[in-house]
Amino acid sequence: MPIWLQTPHENGAVGEDARRMVKPALHTLRFLARLLLAGAVFGASAAGAADPQVIRIGYLTREEEPRIPQTFLEPVADDEGVQGARLGIADNATTGRFLGQSFELVETVVPADGRVEDAVRELAGQGIRLLVADLRADALLAAAAAPEARDMLIFNTRAPDDDLRNERCRANVLHVTPSRRMLADALAQYLAQRRWTTWMLIVGRAPEDAAYAEALRRAAKRYGAKIAEEKTWTFEDTNRRVDTGHVTIQSEIPPFTQGREHDVLVVADEADVFGEQLPYHTWSPRPVAGTHGLVPTAWSRVHEQWGATQLHSRFERQAGRWMRPRDYTAWMAMRAVGEAATRTRSNDAAALATFIKGPDFALPAFKGQGLTFREWDGQLRQPVLLAGPRTLVSVSPQPGFLHQFSELDTLGDDRPESRCRR
Amino acid sequence: MTMMARAGLALLGAVMALPASADTIFVSNEKSNTISVVDGDKLTVISTIKVSRRPRGITFNADMTRIYVCSGDDNRIDVVDTATLKVVDRMPSGKDPELFVLEPAGRLLYIANEDDNMVSVLDTSAKKIIGEIPVGVEPEGMGISPDGKILVNTSETTNMAHFIDTASHKVVDNVLVDSRPRVAQFTHDGRFVWVSSELGGTVSVIDAATRKVVHKISFAVQGVAKEAIQPVGIQLTRDGKRAFVALGPANRVAEIDVESREIKKYHLVGQRVWNLALSPDEKRLYTTNGVSNDMSVLDMERGKVIKSVGVGGAPWGVIVKP
Repeated sequence: MPIWLQTPHENGAVGEDARRMVKPALHTLRFLARLLLAGAVFGASAAGAADPQVIRIGYLTREEEPRIPQTFLEPVADDEGVQGARLGIADNATTGRFLGQSFELVETVVPADGRVEDAVRELAGQGIRLLVADLRADALLAAAAAPEARDMLIFNTRAPDDDLRNERCRANVLHVTPSRRMLADALAQYLAQRRWTTWMLIVGRAPEDAAYAEALRRAAKRYGAKIAEEKTWTFEDTNRRVDTGHVTIQSEIPPFTQGREHDVLVVADEADVFGEQLPYHTWSPRPVAGTHGLVPTAWSRVHEQWGATQLHSRFERQAGRWMRPRDYTAWMAMRAVGEAATRTRSNDAAALATFIKGPDFALPAFKGQGLTFREWDGQLRQPVLLAGPRTLVSVSPQPGFLHQFSELDTLGDDRPESRCRR
Repeated sequence: MTMMARAGLALLGAVMALPASADTIFVSNEKSNTISVVDGDKLTVISTIKVSRRPRGITFNADMTRIYVCSGDDNRIDVVDTATLKVVDRMPSGKDPELFVLEPAGRLLYIANEDDNMVSVLDTSAKKIIGEIPVGVEPEGMGISPDGKILVNTSETTNMAHFIDTASHKVVDNVLVDSRPRVAQFTHDGRFVWVSSELGGTVSVIDAATRKVVHKISFAVQGVAKEAIQPVGIQLTRDGKRAFVALGPANRVAEIDVESREIKKYHLVGQRVWNLALSPDEKRLYTTNGVSNDMSVLDMERGKVIKSVGVGGAPWGVIVKP
């Protein structure tokens, strides 16, 4: 079975021609951020330019069908995640050129039916000890459990699963992507602040929808909301391109959303099958929030506070599309390593890992404060955006939800709640 | 002549007729695309000047007859006449100008292009960009030594203060500071550069000769979360004894005794305090408060905030003319 390999490139956007098919096997590719030349330009203090430190970071993902969004406004992208990693390595390199450090990104794509453990072994063989994992939960756990991963630090930039932060947590994994509970808490705090505390919950049929719904139920309980009624989406999945498709939708959704009185309709449709259709079709004139409508998320194009403008701008120049949450988390993981390398002036993976988990680490990531990892489950503390379809609505934690250590710990599993035993 | 125009002229007359001792304060409002002009005697807004989009950095020309304003979203510098209070000219700036500094000689304006990893050098006489200096990611703060020989630029994502030789326009040194450096300010004697780190929550004091961080100032405000302490604007008194640092969402300005480097007091000001300006007689300190849309006035002799003046939306930069 063929695998897609994403080739690095200079300056431009990734187009179709920038990708090529290669023979079926596990392949890796190196992307040496090319800013080494600049060393000469930047004066004598580009210390050790003759003998630069090289920091190598692996990027591991699995071949899969690209996600097809329900909306036509969003492009179908088969480079989600990796583009963020490439931008992160380029940003690292810009700082590195002043310090005599260079950064190398080793991109690996595992075939759909391939084993991630094999990829981890191969990467370990190339000296990779820092690995960005753009993987779903099971593949992530398989990668973390590989014998060669014992000495690695793995950054989970994709899987939001709560059990990865609890019962199934691993000592060698840090979670950059926010958990479902963090997202749900962020939304619940905002709805509580608006006093929209009676919800109707609509849940899709995919397993991830059920997990998202579970996080919403927990958040409702934590923040004093009541789920007046809960329904499972039972209609047939439809192709997003159907002539006069709106006629069916218009007849299905209003009666489906009829039910007990509620302030807001909360939707769990991570699979993106029907959620996009809910606004304006509901029986009662109620706002929609959750996976669609008002969305709690790590990143969105609508966010331009705290200097985010510059990150969007750099990303769009490079990728030719908007930055998605998976790109952003991959960028953060790369920058976490970059930040550690800058502060420690080291390229030793163990030293970098220790620093990242330690008290002096803080990642600037365009969220208005430095971000740190929770010591009990390895989750990155972070404000969560509440993104409307066209504008930023708010950012949680909401004012007034207090915490004795960090207000960011009001989102997701706090220390006493954690079931992670590492 | 209409009533409005007459009233306008009368107002203008009033501005020009202010007693010599009264300050005029100019505040750039990032959100409303205006400059608020505040009368230092009455502490009220006497005029609002419409400028280009997203005005942030603001500075006087050498004889204070003009104001230069960075317009981040229009990629240019607006030139405002301080007598007529009108935009009289525009100059190129390179992409997304945020902050700049005028050389002491008054001709060259060094501009940080936040979106372009460059410092642009503008000749204000020829109104031409005469050079570009590549620096780190997201250039921001700009400081220049009193003799004009050394320029310091900070880059927010690279976390460095870049020392640039103004004769060769080359980076001669890079000093690592804490996360997201914002403002770079030379001491009046030129011996030190103070650099604020917004996310690091510190101010690094760099020896300008050895280019080493010789001291790092940290802040702690009772009842304020550590994350909310985000230093940005810096002002130093001419006698070199007192320093003031704006602490962003901590809504405080820290007053520092320079010699002992001890924090003497945290002055409560408006919300999200960005930048600071001392009056020329150093009797007052003005602050821009980005979230509460006002300017706090700190009486330096009494050591307390005496008034807040409502200005435009998201006030950012502030300068004072005698």
